Amino acid sequence: MKKLQFHPCGNFKQRYEEELRIFETDFGRLWLIVGALVLFGIVPFVSSPYLLYVINMTGIAAIGAMGLNILIGYTGLISLGHGAFIGVGAYAGAILATRLGFPFWLAIPSAGLITAGVGMIFGLPSGRLKGLYLTIATLAGQIIIEYVLLRWESLTRGTMGITLPTASLLGMELIDDRDFFYVIYVVLVAVTFITVNIMRTRYGRAFIAIRDNDRAAEGMGIPIFPYKLLAFSISSFYAGVAGSLWAYYMISITSEPFSLSLSVEYIAMVIIGGLGSIPGSIFGAVFIIGLNELLRSATDLFMSMPVFRGFGLNLASLREFAFGLAIVLFILFEPKGLAEIWRIIRSNFRLWPFSY
Amino acid sequence: MKDATVLQINNISVVYSDVIQVLKGVSLSVEKHRIVSLLGSNGAGKTTTLKAISGLLHPENGKVTEGSIIYDGVPVQNSSPEEITRLGIIQVLEGRQPFKYLTIEENLRVGTAIRWTKPYKRDLEMVYHYFPSLVKRRKTLAGYCSGGELQMLVMGRALMAHPKLLLLDEPSLGLAPLVVKEIFRIIARINEEQGTTIILVEQNANMALQIAHYGYVMENGKIVMEGISSELRENPDVKEFYLGVGAGGVSRSYRDVKSYKRRKRWL
Amino acid sequence: MDFFFHLLINGLSIGLLYGLSAMGFVMIFKSSSVLNFAHGELMAIGAFLFLVLVSWAHVPIPVAFLITLVGSFVIGFAVERVFLRPLIGEHLIFVIMLTVGLASMFKGLLLFIFGGNLYIYPDFLPSSLGITINTLVIPPVYVASSMTGIIFLVLFGLFFKFSSQGIFMRSVADNQTASLSLGVHVRRVFALSWAIAALVAAMSGIVLGIINGTNVHEITSIGLKVFPVVILGGLDSIGGAIIGGIIIGLLETFTAGYISPALRDVIPYIILVFILLIKPYGLFGLVEIERV
Repeated sequence: MKKLQFHPCGNFKQRYEEELRIFETDFGRLWLIVGALVLFGIVPFVSSPYLLYVINMTGIAAIGAMGLNILIGYTGLISLGHGAFIGVGAYAGAILATRLGFPFWLAIPSAGLITAGVGMIFGLPSGRLKGLYLTIATLAGQIIIEYVLLRWESLTRGTMGITLPTASLLGMELIDDRDFFYVIYVVLVAVTFITVNIMRTRYGRAFIAIRDNDRAAEGMGIPIFPYKLLAFSISSFYAGVAGSLWAYYMISITSEPFSLSLSVEYIAMVIIGGLGSIPGSIFGAVFIIGLNELLRSATDLFMSMPVFRGFGLNLASLREFAFGLAIVLFILFEPKGLAEIWRIIRSNFRLWPFSY
Repeated sequence: MKDATVLQINNISVVYSDVIQVLKGVSLSVEKHRIVSLLGSNGAGKTTTLKAISGLLHPENGKVTEGSIIYDGVPVQNSSPEEITRLGIIQVLEGRQPFKYLTIEENLRVGTAIRWTKPYKRDLEMVYHYFPSLVKRRKTLAGYCSGGELQMLVMGRALMAHPKLLLLDEPSLGLAPLVVKEIFRIIARINEEQGTTIILVEQNANMALQIAHYGYVMENGKIVMEGISSELRENPDVKEFYLGVGAGGVSRSYRDVKSYKRRKRWL
Repeated sequence: MDFFFHLLINGLSIGLLYGLSAMGFVMIFKSSSVLNFAHGELMAIGAFLFLVLVSWAHVPIPVAFLITLVGSFVIGFAVERVFLRPLIGEHLIFVIMLTVGLASMFKGLLLFIFGGNLYIYPDFLPSSLGITINTLVIPPVYVASSMTGIIFLVLFGLFFKFSSQGIFMRSVADNQTASLSLGVHVRRVFALSWAIAALVAAMSGIVLGIINGTNVHEITSIGLKVFPVVILGGLDSIGGAIIGGIIIGLLETFTAGYISPALRDVIPYIILVFILLIKPYGLFGLVEIERV
């Protein structure tokens, strides 16, 4: 029997592989198995339908946020068009399913690929442009895509929206929240696994090099343009997967939700979760979706009380304010996001009682 | 007659980004109306010393961690550049940094920043008097001027502020020998006519010691030698390592260099 | 032909408005390299401040105008002081994201107070301001908006060319360390550029309100159009911002008039993407003077 590995009390890594290792100790692996068991074995059975719905939405958002984090947090390319890319994914999935009769298992990755293609088109300016200009290009992408989704009526049915057929997988129909829970979280686990591993390869290191200094990266022989495009396409692929899952889960879609404020919401997730942190993307999604639901229920509460009815009506607009405030506060006080807070808490436990 | 000391640096240490120590206990004093020159090889800490005085360490994440800098009886270490410039200490940066998209005259006007409510016409005339070659260029963008003109421009820009203490960082950098001579002549004139105290950082030790009254030699973040210019010029070590005059023109072996270093450590 | 001239005048005055609002944006970018995504919200704040003063508090128009300008100047100053100053020297991502966050905050707050309704200012422009050439009628609002636009452009041009503060602002944009070494109060310049930008934004917000009425969504979405405008003109060129504004304004109205009104709001962004692909640093961006 192998000896369990514990955290050493300092940095004793001697080989490169040790630095690359995902789990520093066997405890990490153990916890992951426990976590997976709880997630898949217990959570879907004890949660109320509403809670499960929130959990599902969080899962979808986490997939999208992870994609955006690859782009912003790892490659340093700021995108304001992620909301639109999610929309492209949703519509691609919906159109493939209704027009071409794609089955669920094929529609999701195909939607991802289509979105990746669209993402690459709007990533093209990155070949010549640095930071700020690129951000503006993605803003243009957001607005143009929004317009196309609304106006290309022969394809997207404009304001009417599209209603999707019931998803079925391996002969089973996905009807209630629990069915979707399994699909969404299996996808999320897979996406997380892929992302963690991309970041350990030369591609991930190239992304980080580009983020830290693209000129220097180029000097070290990294062809930055192809890598930037790659980052765009991976990020959009995730957005496409998240979007098409969302479309199937919601059953019917219109172009309305995929606005600039959705992009801002995703940016908020990435910032609040932690730039360049994979668990951070999930934390961010939990935080933002949770905040969203909290504000919604507060609105409902006030609406049900006659005294506050007018107040409650306006409260809906405070959601936008709350997201903005969350972004601003995190940037000013904890720019590394929830992931950093989590790290501090964890290392406090680990190092207690000698925290230095 | 001995003039009053206007700037007194007591044993300062400067650390960049909390880890890189550049100055390790530098002390020097500057008397009023004098030119003091600061010599030393690259990386000796001359520029850092100037920036410690002028407060420009701030934007570079540097800090004076120990010691004090007293200007005119006021401690100024770690004050912001805005405060320090208003006391009359103006630094001319290394490598001529003009405002490229401003004309020569606009560049000069930026020099009035610390007293921008006052009229500036007479100061412009004063600057044109010292640097007549700027007059015909006054409407040109600074980005299109030659190196010599730019050096005059940045010095003129500093003069616009009526500095009491002028910190010049390598005014001869990358200029033709004749222009260098011209610049140094003007520096001496400014010192004489305006009574400006000047700290001059230079690689061109020969020129610097000709116009300076007093000199310090720095090495590795420490002052290793000081003295009246004329004495410094006669010092065999300075002669050999900074003025480039080998004793009898014989090339020295590495062993002698080491002995010099050893000797220096005791200074 | 009348239709053409009508569109031309319409486009010119809208374009001038875009140019004016983009000027404030460029000012912030020039002095502190901050891309301000909250520009549209600053416009909306100005427009609604004016609305509150004029329609609700019944303050005389000129006084209301003045108070709005001063108020937005102060707001701009405060925004810089509270939110942006702690981030001086931080990574670009954080600064951009902060303005995105601010934009959301302001928009949410405005929606909370005013809702998504359309408000109209009381009609205060004298009808004698309108110009009639043959059959062509230029309504007073367009005349007034063009005039304010031109007056402010000239004022700012003079400010940057001749006033000391204007020259200091340009010097900071040019070389920050050198400005510091000469005692230019760099932080004050940042604050000043935000204050002036907010003032200009408020101006254009008011003019926009006079033309179209004020609505939070509308004004903020017009605020986003500064991006095509400044990209066209070059991010760091104030003159370019004006020309870019006029081009975008004309493009929009002609597209709406001759092709499709629906296309009006995206055409600037389509042009933007093309420009970025062909001439990345804008039509009038500064040619870098490189010398060592």
